[in-house]
Amino acid sequence: MKSVIIGTVSFIRKSLVIVELEIRKMRHDPTELLMRAVQPVLWLLLFGEVFAQTRAIPTGNLSYLDFLAPGILAQSVLFIAIFGGMSVIWERDLGIIHKFLASPTPRGALALGKSMSGGARALTQAAVVYILALLIGVKMNWNPLALLGVIFTVVLAATLFSAFSLIIAFLVRTRERFMGIGQVLTMPFFFASNAIYPISIMPPWLQAVAHGNPLTYEVDALRALMLENGTSVYGLGVDFTVLILCTAVLITICTYLYPRAAT
Amino acid sequence: MKIIETNALTRRFGDLIACDNLSIAVEQGEIFGLLGPNGAGKTTAIKMLTTLLPPTSGNASVAGYDIVHQASAVRRVIGYVPQMLSADGTLTGYENLLIFAKLYDIPRRERNKRIHDVMSFMDLADDANRLVRTYSGGMIRRLEIAQSMMHRPRVLFLDEPTIGLDPLARRAVGDLITDLRDNYDATIFMTTHLMEEADLLCGRVAIMHRGKVAALGSPSELKSAIGKEGATLEDVFVHFAGSEIEAEGDGRDYRETQQTRRTARRLG
Ligand SMILES: Nc1ncnc2c1ncn2[C@@H]1O[C@H](COP(=O)(O)OP(=O)(O)OP(=O)(O)O)[C@@H](O)[C@H]1O
Ligand SMILES: [Mg+2]
Repeated sequence: MKSVIIGTVSFIRKSLVIVELEIRKMRHDPTELLMRAVQPVLWLLLFGEVFAQTRAIPTGNLSYLDFLAPGILAQSVLFIAIFGGMSVIWERDLGIIHKFLASPTPRGALALGKSMSGGARALTQAAVVYILALLIGVKMNWNPLALLGVIFTVVLAATLFSAFSLIIAFLVRTRERFMGIGQVLTMPFFFASNAIYPISIMPPWLQAVAHGNPLTYEVDALRALMLENGTSVYGLGVDFTVLILCTAVLITICTYLYPRAAT
Repeated sequence: MKIIETNALTRRFGDLIACDNLSIAVEQGEIFGLLGPNGAGKTTAIKMLTTLLPPTSGNASVAGYDIVHQASAVRRVIGYVPQMLSADGTLTGYENLLIFAKLYDIPRRERNKRIHDVMSFMDLADDANRLVRTYSGGMIRRLEIAQSMMHRPRVLFLDEPTIGLDPLARRAVGDLITDLRDNYDATIFMTTHLMEEADLLCGRVAIMHRGKVAALGSPSELKSAIGKEGATLEDVFVHFAGSEIEAEGDGRDYRETQQTRRTARRLG
């Protein structure tokens, strides 16, 4: 029993060392994060403002911009997470990954730490979306518990999509292929979800896809937590259960694929 | 005590047998050199011993632990410097060491002192807070060696540790390797393409050729074995691996060449 606790503590500590490593890198070179922040700005300012005028999308008691803001946050989390996985291809090519794999760091801690560091990067995007949402008059919920909930959701979802991205990186093995596939994969996640329109306006087959898409549950949770008048369609319990289960499965797969990167 | 023992250790890549029935034993405290032309299988052997690459057949133990079934125990007692320059360029030298100090569970109280000591030892103390991408190739190599010895490993695997180093830095690394053996009773398992270096440092060397060990012994034994007056280790190398050195071109595939180029580029 005692050894299980010691093992778990050590596992978490090692995962956090990997997160620390990524945060240190981010501090030395924040340009990528700034570049990535351009995208949510464009979506909210251009797409959002135009669609808010058309009133073509039924968003219940929310204005279209209110409805859109959590969707765009989820989108920027998705993008930053998906393209984050590419770094392991780099690290494999340079032999950096080999040194980590030859150290006594558990493979699972490498997988979890790498994925959670996507969470740290995603939080920078959350800050940008919050500032912007404030500027364009989205009615936000400033309750500290709700804010903590948003942080938790963002980190969890970023971990999930980073793990997914790492799996793809381990499978395709080259940067060129990854870039291609990364583009192809992010779009369906984004459009087959409730991020920019409610699922109810989709054709039935797409509704089914959207219900299997973890991004939908992330957006649902964010809508409930971020907005003053936000509500969750599925309930936060369902949202978090889906997100946590998906993350656990993906981290497990990632743990098995990690050592293959050194061969 | 035999600290490294391999038993018909074999690794295939498709049809290619990169490491073919390798059976060697290294004594504790030895400096053992693995020599051989490009593509001979040296890195493949080291990757198996450092638990990075599972063997296709055969087995091996490091410090008494099986490299497949007790891999995490092996990882705790080894240090490893890969052939490629692999320090993280987007971190400072200090941060590179700090992260590994944490991953190797070096106690917090000792961490900074150990990092400082190895950095001074490798003559990097003044550059500790610079980003590694501004280091020269030789500085990166010294940083990597510093990192690999920080946790006082019992066995240190060095894959071409002096690649890209100037003669002074090479001598410093040579002294360091001897020092680690003398003061910490560490065992060194290294590869190199510099025969003089191997002659100077290594108690014994194995010459690998096309995945197989072609010769094994102390440099002086091998020199007398080829029956040539005043032979150097280079003559030994040519004797055991040279006959087919021309044909070696095809064994060195694109990937290998690409890595060499990349290394060359990073070495600037
Ligand atoms: N991951 C891999 N996939 C396929 N073939 C590989 C792989 N790694 C190594 N090889 C092949 O195995 C052989 C041995 O390679 P290895 O890297 O062990 O040689 P080496 O002795 O270290 O050479 P060098 O002196 O150039 O570093 C080479 O023919 C190489 O092309
Ligand atoms: Mg090699």
